[in-house]
Amino acid sequence: MAASTNGHDYKVIGTRPIRHDGVDKVTGRAKYGADYSFPGMLFGKVLRSPHAHALIKSIKVDKARALPGVKAVVTSADLPELADKMEAAGEQAINLAHLSANILARGKALYDGHAIAAVAATSSHIAEEALRLIEVEYELLPPVMSVEDAMKPGAPVLLPTLRNKEDGPDKETNVAAHMQFKRGDVAEGFKAADFVVEREFKTAMVHQGYIEPHNAVGIYSADGHATIYCSTQGTFVVRSLCSAVLGIAEGKIKVVPAEIGGGFGGKTTVYLEPLSVLLSKITGHPVKLVMTRGEVLRATGPTSGSTIRCKMGATKDGKLVAAQCWLAYEAGAYPGSPVGAGAMTIVTPYNIPNILIDAYDVVVNRPKTAAYRAPGATNAAMASETVVDELAEKCGIDPLEFRLKNASAEGTPQTVGPPFKRIGFVETVEAIKNSPHYKSKLTGPNRGRGVASGFWFNVGLQSSATVNIHTDGTVSVVTGSVDIGGTRAAQAMIAAEVLGADINDVRPIVADTDSIGHTDVTGGSRTAFATGWAVYDAAQDALRQLKERVAKTWEKKPEEVAFANGLFSPVSGNGVKPMTLKQLAPRLARTGGPIVGRATVNARGVGPAFATTLVDVEVDPDTGKVKILRVTVAQDVGKAIHPAYVEGQMQGGTAQGIGWALNEEYFYDEKGVLRNTGLLDYRMPTCLDLPEMETIMVEVPTPGHPLGIRGVGEVPIVPPPAAVANAIYRATGVRMLELPMSPPRLMKAMLKKRAAGDSQAAAAD
Amino acid sequence: MVKKVIVEATINGDPVELLCEPRQSLLEVLRDELELTGSKEGCLTGDCGACTVIVDSRPVCSCLMLGVEAAGKNITTVEGLATGATLHVLQQKFLEHASLQCGICTPGFLMSAKSLLDHNPTPTEADIRYALAGNLCRCTGYDKIVKAVIDAAKHVADGVGTTHHGKVPRKSASEATRDMLGKGEEVK
Repeated sequence: MAASTNGHDYKVIGTRPIRHDGVDKVTGRAKYGADYSFPGMLFGKVLRSPHAHALIKSIKVDKARALPGVKAVVTSADLPELADKMEAAGEQAINLAHLSANILARGKALYDGHAIAAVAATSSHIAEEALRLIEVEYELLPPVMSVEDAMKPGAPVLLPTLRNKEDGPDKETNVAAHMQFKRGDVAEGFKAADFVVEREFKTAMVHQGYIEPHNAVGIYSADGHATIYCSTQGTFVVRSLCSAVLGIAEGKIKVVPAEIGGGFGGKTTVYLEPLSVLLSKITGHPVKLVMTRGEVLRATGPTSGSTIRCKMGATKDGKLVAAQCWLAYEAGAYPGSPVGAGAMTIVTPYNIPNILIDAYDVVVNRPKTAAYRAPGATNAAMASETVVDELAEKCGIDPLEFRLKNASAEGTPQTVGPPFKRIGFVETVEAIKNSPHYKSKLTGPNRGRGVASGFWFNVGLQSSATVNIHTDGTVSVVTGSVDIGGTRAAQAMIAAEVLGADINDVRPIVADTDSIGHTDVTGGSRTAFATGWAVYDAAQDALRQLKERVAKTWEKKPEEVAFANGLFSPVSGNGVKPMTLKQLAPRLARTGGPIVGRATVNARGVGPAFATTLVDVEVDPDTGKVKILRVTVAQDVGKAIHPAYVEGQMQGGTAQGIGWALNEEYFYDEKGVLRNTGLLDYRMPTCLDLPEMETIMVEVPTPGHPLGIRGVGEVPIVPPPAAVANAIYRATGVRMLELPMSPPRLMKAMLKKRAAGDSQAAAAD
Repeated sequence: MVKKVIVEATINGDPVELLCEPRQSLLEVLRDELELTGSKEGCLTGDCGACTVIVDSRPVCSCLMLGVEAAGKNITTVEGLATGATLHVLQQKFLEHASLQCGICTPGFLMSAKSLLDHNPTPTEADIRYALAGNLCRCTGYDKIVKAVIDAAKHVADGVGTTHHGKVPRKSASEATRDMLGKGEEVK
């Protein structure tokens, strides 16, 4: 179901063609990173710290090196030592010393699973045997696992060189940064409030959970050039980070994008890629490394667990007047949690005159976090959307009406940055209000319905595209944006729309780093928006050249050639016969040669995304298990290029949000060792856990974008945890303030409530 | 070096003789010895189902079976699902319903779904969700996968899309589920 506000009459955009890479993916032919092999290839394995926090006193590798079949063993001593300072690297600034030490620990192991050494051998089994022969002497240090413990005065310090601005250059700390965002006067604001709700929330560290483990094949040539085949969200970021970590010039590294088995933000940095090149350089052979699932969970970037205090005030007629929030996020072993994004999204869906937000980035003995779909926003929305629900209840106003009364719209100030341009938040709330789901009645015991909304900025960044016109009139579209969820089809559709071509005559290609201009990561919901913009411009560039050729053929000026419905025709008729691209293409050689359309963008004017999610749950009163009965998500998608894959993003984000809400959680023991390192115990939703997922695409075009595209990938993960929490409250009367709302945690809360009820009843007797 | 063993099996309809180490899983043998990389490794513990293949008409996580155990078995992998250049109805429906995003779980889902339809050509949505619960997908939320299998089942029930390694006689849903899940005996 789509409620379109776009008035365009598109031929290809908005249809649902079969994706171009589809057949290879249903026949097993598509090559993912782990599927590559080369003659003489060696297999690499990584030795990892069994301790959460320890000094590395010595590493002895002689016995491992002596094992027949072992070709190389490396430690951080084999990597150049890099400056301990922030440097620009693609999407964000990065501390290269931290990056390098995360790839191979330097001096200290900072989490269970921290890479210590790497081996290359003639088989993966021999490499594994060699790992057992490496002797590491550790001096154990006390692990610091929570933000509360890490922020305590006198807490053991993870990084001796870490400083923050407030505490100054002399004080060792685990607080990497404190950010503050302010508008108006919260004290005055709360005075004007009739109702104030203040709650403290905790959310567990969770993993993106892509099914494909990280992988890399590195091939270092005798001429000093390196080629890396890997499953990554960003080939160019792999190139620049490998260059920095290895001290090899960027121009000597080529990164070839393999198909990628999911990323969700987690494949935007490097772990194995530099090791594959380093081991290849030493051995002279191609080297392949593939992580196990345990390594993925222990040592790649999950997203932050967090502690969030959220206080909001409203007048009795339901106007929000003040919000004060305090957020502390686990960065993992090195700085860089998404707490800033959490702070900048937590109350942004609402027009609140007075806000004060404090945000803390805190290092703990857990893996360095990486981006995860709208990073930081889901934690934050769990807090604010639960408090909003409680305030609506206190005001006696329907939660959807309450949102409409306070919703951000065009002109509303954001927490940071300029006021919103045209956005579709109100439309998502209205769409839920008008949905069959909302209009249906939920009956039966232990059942409840909850709603929550979410906001995400989206990003623009840099993309390149070329559009090649072939002699048979077919078209190839080349971009550098790795396709994780059907974006190739969207790029082809955009070119087909501009050129009036049949979608099956357009072939989309994702090129390696030497074959396309710089393109930033597939992330930030930017691929359809920014790379799609580049493809649109490149196709327009090709069309302009095609018109020139038609003009030449007809001995007219280019502006005298019109193009519509796939047909070149004279602006004013004078007897020349209109022609199609297929008729024109074979004549290009005679009119000046081949045509390549090209464009690059550094996309500005990003359209932010909003979603509103409605959930019905049933809670088992004896076990605390929550069953999702029905779920509907309404999202402002700007303009859906391929609606089936837009729905897919909405459904997939919702499913991940439900997993985060109910089950997913990193369990560390008292020693800081991760106890659930497999997918049986790190419990992601199966198809038995989820119902049909209803989607409502609301189309409010992004102003300034030629097609009105708005990023769609990330925001649907944001509302579900709060929506489920609000539904659980209506089913049980219990306000859940901690994620995940797993059976034991919910059971405990329900028993507590029942005990309080019993004691009240006893007191009344 | 561990001594290798000769294993004879039928893979995707063809007799195959291969050499493998006793410690190699069937998944490793398929991927590394036979270059059948369509079966994917997601966990190596039987939790994600990305490596699902059909062994003598039952779906098996190939990461949990040793290569040497394949001796004498009839094994179908995703590479054996299509008939020549004609896609199996499940493959076609997965494409039409946009049931894959990244596609890494797709081979496993296809093989689990094929096994279901082989045993029960008229499954309910509940049957389908039950049969696919051992396969994890992180991209789609399963909605479009389940819809594709429902649609494919319609075609199989109409006799349009049978499978090429023999059609299994129609059974009741409970019989079929029991067959598919096994009767408690180990796969040998």
